[in-house]
Amino acid sequence: MAKRIDVSDLNVYYGSFKAVEGVSMTVEPRSVTAFIGPSGCGKSTFLRTLNRMHEVIPGGRVEGKVMLDDQDLYASSMDPVTVRRTIGMVFQRPNPFPTMSIYDNVAAGLRLNGVKNKKTLDGIVESSLKGANLWNEVKDRLSKPGAGLSGGQQQRLCIARAIAVQPQVLLMDEPCSALDPISTLAIEDLINELKNEFTIVIVTHNMQQAARVSDRTAFFNLKATGEPGRLVEIGDTTRIFNNPTEQATEDYISGRFG
Amino acid sequence: MSTVTGVSAADQVPGPDGQQPLQGDRASTGRFGDRLFGGAATVSGIIVIALVTLIAVFLIVQAVPALMNNSASFFTSRVWAPGGEQPAFGILEFLWTTVTASTIAMLVAVPVGVAVALFITQYAPTWMRRPAASLVDLLAAVPSIVYGLWGLIAFAPVFKPVQGWIESALGWFPLFAPTGISGGTIFFIGIVLAIMVLPIVTALSREVFDQTPTAHKEGALALGATQWEMIRTAVLPFGRPGVISASMLALGRALGETIAVTFLVSALSDGSPWTWSLFNGGETFASKIANNAAEFSNPGKTGAYIAAGLVLFVLTFVVNSIARVVIERRKAFTE
Amino acid sequence: MSTATDRRAPDDRVAPADPSTPPGGRSGRDALSEMNNPHRARMVKDVVARIVMWAAFALAMVPLVWILGTVIAKGFHMLTTATWWTGNQRNINSDDFGGGARHAIEGTLQMVGFTALIAVPIGILTAVYLVEYGRGRLAKAISFTVDILSGVPSIVAALFIYAVWVTTFGLGRSGFAASLALVLLMIPVVVRSTEEMLKLVPNELREAAYALGVPKWVTVVKVVLRTAFSGIVTGVLLGIARVMGETAPLLILAPYTKNFQRDLFNGNFPTLPMMINQDRGDFALATAAERMWGAALTLIILVLLLNLIGRVIAHYGSVKK
Repeated sequence: MAKRIDVSDLNVYYGSFKAVEGVSMTVEPRSVTAFIGPSGCGKSTFLRTLNRMHEVIPGGRVEGKVMLDDQDLYASSMDPVTVRRTIGMVFQRPNPFPTMSIYDNVAAGLRLNGVKNKKTLDGIVESSLKGANLWNEVKDRLSKPGAGLSGGQQQRLCIARAIAVQPQVLLMDEPCSALDPISTLAIEDLINELKNEFTIVIVTHNMQQAARVSDRTAFFNLKATGEPGRLVEIGDTTRIFNNPTEQATEDYISGRFG
Repeated sequence: MSTVTGVSAADQVPGPDGQQPLQGDRASTGRFGDRLFGGAATVSGIIVIALVTLIAVFLIVQAVPALMNNSASFFTSRVWAPGGEQPAFGILEFLWTTVTASTIAMLVAVPVGVAVALFITQYAPTWMRRPAASLVDLLAAVPSIVYGLWGLIAFAPVFKPVQGWIESALGWFPLFAPTGISGGTIFFIGIVLAIMVLPIVTALSREVFDQTPTAHKEGALALGATQWEMIRTAVLPFGRPGVISASMLALGRALGETIAVTFLVSALSDGSPWTWSLFNGGETFASKIANNAAEFSNPGKTGAYIAAGLVLFVLTFVVNSIARVVIERRKAFTE
Repeated sequence: MSTATDRRAPDDRVAPADPSTPPGGRSGRDALSEMNNPHRARMVKDVVARIVMWAAFALAMVPLVWILGTVIAKGFHMLTTATWWTGNQRNINSDDFGGGARHAIEGTLQMVGFTALIAVPIGILTAVYLVEYGRGRLAKAISFTVDILSGVPSIVAALFIYAVWVTTFGLGRSGFAASLALVLLMIPVVVRSTEEMLKLVPNELREAAYALGVPKWVTVVKVVLRTAFSGIVTGVLLGIARVMGETAPLLILAPYTKNFQRDLFNGNFPTLPMMINQDRGDFALATAAERMWGAALTLIILVLLLNLIGRVIAHYGSVKK
């Protein structure tokens, strides 16, 4: 069952540089939460702390708490590998493994976790591709390289790959910014279906997209250049867009900056 | 100047009175300088082509008379007596020794070299990367004659008991059968060659592993892969053509290594029995030629050695071409 | 999808799922216990891999330390004697101690200097052609041949020069002949490294020059080559360091002499590698061995010095991005 995320007072550092400060929020299960805000305000950085991917960059660390239901993701006994298996990620630029076929790409996460039975793999690959709305387009060429698809198809392949391991939460870091409008629409429709099964967090620089797909929206901002980013406001999408509490939110949404 | 090639179309147009193209302005002075300089550059390139062609031609031309005079089968005979009335020379022994020693070198250097490259690019702490890389490159800076010297005086005595141990433990297996030779065995030379070509494997593999797109590494990590699994999924497959190419280049280097091997070989006496053992002695193409440089005054004998050198040339040419093809195919695929 | 502990195994997911059931968290599955239990085998493999990589590096360092340590320890003494740097090997027999190496040092430097004199212009001009002028089949052929040349073993290059110089032209062995073989070995090194440096020069610089009406050859010489200069110098120095240690051409074409010799074109010629080779057969003798180590150490010092100077130049002179 998809889980909720509770973040309390999270600060994100790279070395001694504080990138994001004092974020507290709740992400409800089976919903879509969008992070919006101007470039460089820390929304992607914060997103990455949710599956401990920020640690891949040397010096990345956090202070504060991130809870998945009642599991502390940053407990000393918690292995980042486990966290990442449970919380999946889709990146800005589609990144299917170039040396693998479509089938192998989707199965990659499964194989890493020890699933070897061919019938099992076949089943999960098919259902994942169907879940990503890609099955009909690729079912006859599963053995072809993953890199041979169009941009939109590649991104859906990456989504299939991510959901094949049945994560609790799916993080999406500007998944459509490298795609054309038609593919973008296809992915947005997909997100609408996926939210029935997963908790989804999506970072987007496109406000209209946030308004279209998300149930809740969080607005991040910088106080000034060189300052850490912070969460300004979070709430139901309709309220944020029609009736924001903070002035900065209102300014951003009406296009006065960003 | 309107084009990047430096040839302006305006220079070709006839002048105002319909005669020669415009003279005397900067463009045409440039044109002459351009022709001269461009010509010099082109000639240099052609010189390179000429040199390689000449190498092949001269070697063939000077080898053929000796080969025609050869009373033994060149490729399958183990006899080497190129002098006298009835020259008889065959390269089988050299072929065996050279290829086997180089193969041993590859079998050791490639796994270790790739592991070191992975270490430097994936496992070493950031501050350690450049120094570690420089240290491995230092192995390449050591001249081969020093390797020969060290191998002869310092390494061989240490290796002897190791060989003895292998012989006693595995001597029943034909590859490891004792032959009474210790010191300059094929196996020993293979190990020394491995050390010499290791930096080549590492340097090229390092380059390829470094170029693995971060997106793929992160994609694997985001799926919950451990570091080793990420390397297996993203780094190694990406780097495979580079590793193959590096291995071929290392093999080519090992095949052609001369002075280190010359210092270390135990030449076989005529008529010694054939054995598959890696602990046998024997000379490589390069060491045989080098050790007999004094005999070159006799044209008949020289031809035999040149023929041997020709075989070596072809061997290294083939191996290096494979390396090149592998890289080219990969480049075409990703571009 | 029904067991609590292993969401991978169940065969009830085998049949192709009907389109209305998307994958993903269904009820009843409790991943909590899994959160703390990634397959132990995977963790073990990860740790083992880490150990193996570190061990490989340590293994690679063993011969390096061993070789350098041995050369320094055994050769150092010879280098501290004054005669080493001033004298030659005249009248020194294998069982005599010491002697000088100056003849060999000067000989080596002279020989590689001469080699560079020929190889560097050809190499740089060829690289210029490949990067600035070449298009199409000639450029491809040249690039291909440079690759072949870089793979030619030194002994084969030496044989070739022998076949041309001595056999065909009837001229004698000399330092010059060996130098020619070294030229063959040095050209590809210079070409490749110069090529890299030229490619690093941003195109904007070239276009700025052309836009000012500067002819192409002036652009190449005064803008491109000048910008790439330090990198090219580094490449040349590294190439010199490499051919300095090449012995095969010397064996075939430049027999050793114990005396001072300035004439590259006639007679035997002293070089450091050949000085080492001279005593090869007597390596059991302490005196001969020590001489060999001393020469080896001298050679390594020269090579490392060139490498170092090259890297320093590269570091301080490079085009800052």
